[in-house]
Amino acid sequence: MHKLRLNLSHLYALLFLVYLIAPLVVMSGAAFNDNKLPSIVPWKGWTGRWFVDLWHDERMLLAFANTLWVAAAVAVISVVVGTAAAILINSISGRVRTVLYGMMIATILIPGVVIGISTMIMWTKLGGVLFGVDKPFPFIPGLHLSVLGQVSYIAAMVMLLVLARLQSFDAGLEEAALDLGASHGQVMRRILLPHLYPAIGAGAAVAFFQSIENFNVTQFTRGGADTLTVYVFSKVRSGITPTINALAFLLICFTLLLAAAYEINRRRLARIEATRQAEARRAEEMAEVTGLA
Amino acid sequence: MHDMMRRYGPGLTLLICLLVAFWLLMLVIVPNITLFEQSFRPYLPVVEVGGPKDFYSFDNYMKVFDGNVEKSLFGMSFEIPVHVYTFFLTILYSMLVTLVCFAMAYPLAYYMAKIVNPTTLPTLLLMLFIPLWVSEVLRAFAWWIILAFKGPLNALLQGIGLIEDPIRWTNMGYTGVVIGLIYTYVLFMLFPIYNAIQSLDTNQIEAAEDLGAPWWKTHWRIVLPHAKPGIASGSVMVFMLSAGSLLVPSILGSTTSQWFTQTIDQWFKDALDWNTASAYAFILLFLCTVFVSLALWVFKVKLSDIAK
Amino acid sequence: MSAGIDLENVCCDFGSFRAVDHANVSVRPGEFFSFLGPSGCGKTTILRMVSGFIEPSRGVIRIGGKDVRGQRPNQRPTALIFQNLALFPLMPIWENITFGLEVRGVDKTTRRAKADELLRLVDLPGAADKMVSQLSGGQKQRVAIARALAVEPQVMLLDEPLSALDLKLRQHMRAELRAIQKRTGVTFIYITHDQGEALAMSDRVGVMSQGRIQQIADPRDIYNNPVNGFVAAFVGENNVFTGDVQNPSQGMASFATPHGTFRARLGDIAGQTNVKLYVRPEHTALTKAPGPENSIPVTITEVSFEGNFISVLALSDSGARLTAEIRNDGAATVPEMGAKMHMSFDAARASILPDADVRS
Repeated sequence: MHKLRLNLSHLYALLFLVYLIAPLVVMSGAAFNDNKLPSIVPWKGWTGRWFVDLWHDERMLLAFANTLWVAAAVAVISVVVGTAAAILINSISGRVRTVLYGMMIATILIPGVVIGISTMIMWTKLGGVLFGVDKPFPFIPGLHLSVLGQVSYIAAMVMLLVLARLQSFDAGLEEAALDLGASHGQVMRRILLPHLYPAIGAGAAVAFFQSIENFNVTQFTRGGADTLTVYVFSKVRSGITPTINALAFLLICFTLLLAAAYEINRRRLARIEATRQAEARRAEEMAEVTGLA
Repeated sequence: MHDMMRRYGPGLTLLICLLVAFWLLMLVIVPNITLFEQSFRPYLPVVEVGGPKDFYSFDNYMKVFDGNVEKSLFGMSFEIPVHVYTFFLTILYSMLVTLVCFAMAYPLAYYMAKIVNPTTLPTLLLMLFIPLWVSEVLRAFAWWIILAFKGPLNALLQGIGLIEDPIRWTNMGYTGVVIGLIYTYVLFMLFPIYNAIQSLDTNQIEAAEDLGAPWWKTHWRIVLPHAKPGIASGSVMVFMLSAGSLLVPSILGSTTSQWFTQTIDQWFKDALDWNTASAYAFILLFLCTVFVSLALWVFKVKLSDIAK
Repeated sequence: MSAGIDLENVCCDFGSFRAVDHANVSVRPGEFFSFLGPSGCGKTTILRMVSGFIEPSRGVIRIGGKDVRGQRPNQRPTALIFQNLALFPLMPIWENITFGLEVRGVDKTTRRAKADELLRLVDLPGAADKMVSQLSGGQKQRVAIARALAVEPQVMLLDEPLSALDLKLRQHMRAELRAIQKRTGVTFIYITHDQGEALAMSDRVGVMSQGRIQQIADPRDIYNNPVNGFVAAFVGENNVFTGDVQNPSQGMASFATPHGTFRARLGDIAGQTNVKLYVRPEHTALTKAPGPENSIPVTITEVSFEGNFISVLALSDSGARLTAEIRNDGAATVPEMGAKMHMSFDAARASILPDADVRS
């Protein structure tokens, strides 16, 4: 590739990263500015008080806790449902497969507004039909409906991840296990699921973060409860303080820690792999010199 | 199905089928049918539900055509129902967001797939993922800070002498919304295109180059056609996410920008008229689906190519 | 039109790894030249430097006498045929073939006519409107050749293009490639790890190992007069003896080994410490009585019938495992297993050679 174009492309990648990360830096910076409005200009000096305020903002902490609960529930249910769906899709074929698969994929594209309203209407109406006006749990608005609404499309994401992994699975292994006398449950637990664990883990992480992100579904189903997203949203409209920046800063730090841990581990594995390959190359060179190749 | 019974036995097979049935029936199909059914009913006080006034009609849908406003486009002024106008602009600006996202993501996707040193790629990917892990509301909030009247962007532009007076970014029609949507969804364009280009044999690019093709010709004839499914997939994602976004238009919108999802939200939360909200939600779902199918048909991409 | 290619002291480093080490070659215009060597020997790197995808770290490359350093692939008068052919799957055959003309702004009618002409040249008439996925391996091969020829290159560079084909087709395509080369007169540079391919097609062969060119010669010389042990071992089978050189004179010497002292031709071993004696299995004779010179008493341990020849494994009384090949002319006598015989070889057909020329 031409030198100039090569350098331009490096520059572009760099600018893109700056574009992605600068807003997060600005947001984090505002957490330390002694200014009632969240901003980095004008800079009125360092302060830690927004972190103290955050600690005392009980509504925000409650919203944060809610978010984590919802995300955990969504992750668990999505993983179970999504894995089941992937296994089902992988073992059927023809028209049924096309239709089911199409339906599952379509859920990702349905606007969240539609999912939120439809989930809300269905469960409350169902409650109305079954119990009349005094509807018991779970037929009332609330975060449990948010969970169900979110699962309806996040399960499809998990399904896609697991299905991709299933495609590299050698079905002969299951037959071998059955042939050796394993029960169906053992085949699932010892052969299939261990192969799927990386995808299931990735699916759980994706589901967790997607749930934290979610606004549309939650907004229409939450009843009176807050999640972080909804809380920040209402704050932005009704006068916001940098406590949110303090929270954002902590979340970003947490994300960075996770990312760093992941990266360190990856490099360690890469180094091990590199030494192995070097060994293989030396072995091959030896073979070549000695004429045994 | 036979295959599953043989591998996992009747018990596990039944469990798997039940789980999938619960998902597709209780979480997807029945709610959407309920939404559809509800959208044809009038909004009534609880005691009158099921009474003589509770009959199916298109009334909720007809509300879209209520309340004309005077608008002008390209010097021509015309009257248009306000909600139709909102919907039209939502689609238009979602298309704009999709286009800009493509223009921004394609060069980087190519860079990641074919230029960057493979040993630094994982680090690059990780850095790209970080904003994705920070929740959408915070990303929109970050731009709310940046675009504020006394915010850092104006300060920066004034500092380097590009503008004299600060600009009211969030009060310039859809500017703030478009900026926010692009930032929020550009990665949804990047990754599908990256995957598509990555699967292109580098020899193809070198062969084109060896045969004398200049770089733009190589992209036009070799890389772009190969990446088409990825581009389609990214575009559909970005378009649907943008058109369906409620958060970004609410946070970064101005007094003159109205997104169709905001209209739905107002019917649902402010007017408490769930039935009309249902009708509007259905309109959004239906027309976006039609629009996307049309775009796929024009660009000759199949839906099955997209979900790769 | 064809052009010669000169490499002068060309080196190519990837980090601390030297892929090509001081390569010096002159390929004549219109020549069919092969680089032969095992994977990782640097032959593909040479090809990519000539085509312009890699710049040499040191040295000069000339095509048709002109220094091409700094020229991009699309500016050089070369056309590359990739190992996996790299046909464009989304274009019909005729657009594939004339892609090089398309990017030069040639109009559609001319291109279409050129495609039909080239398809006739490679013996694939009527395939113009097919898609790549509809063709067989051999047909794809021909399309790739046609595509490279379309831009009227002065040099064709071929990177193991036959490796994906099955044996029969490969042998057929060898002849075909050779014929096309003769017909067009274009200089061919051919990369392969298959010595049969290189020896059968080429005017000259350059054998490579570990980034160094070991020997450049015509195929017959490469096989009959290898300059070192690597070349001898890579292009054929050998019986190898270790030992010491004694009484060198007039290109001949004695070679003392644990299995006896043999007379043999002496290669260029100046300054080399690792020296061995190489004898090809087909240059040995098995007889009941001891041979006139270089004779070793052996016991036959295995006889395998290979069709055109018979391969015989023998164990010498001194413990060496040796191989002999007997040409199957229909009347050849096959030795019996366990038979006590004598293996001998002509001093003129045995060579004392140094090991490979490796990087220091």
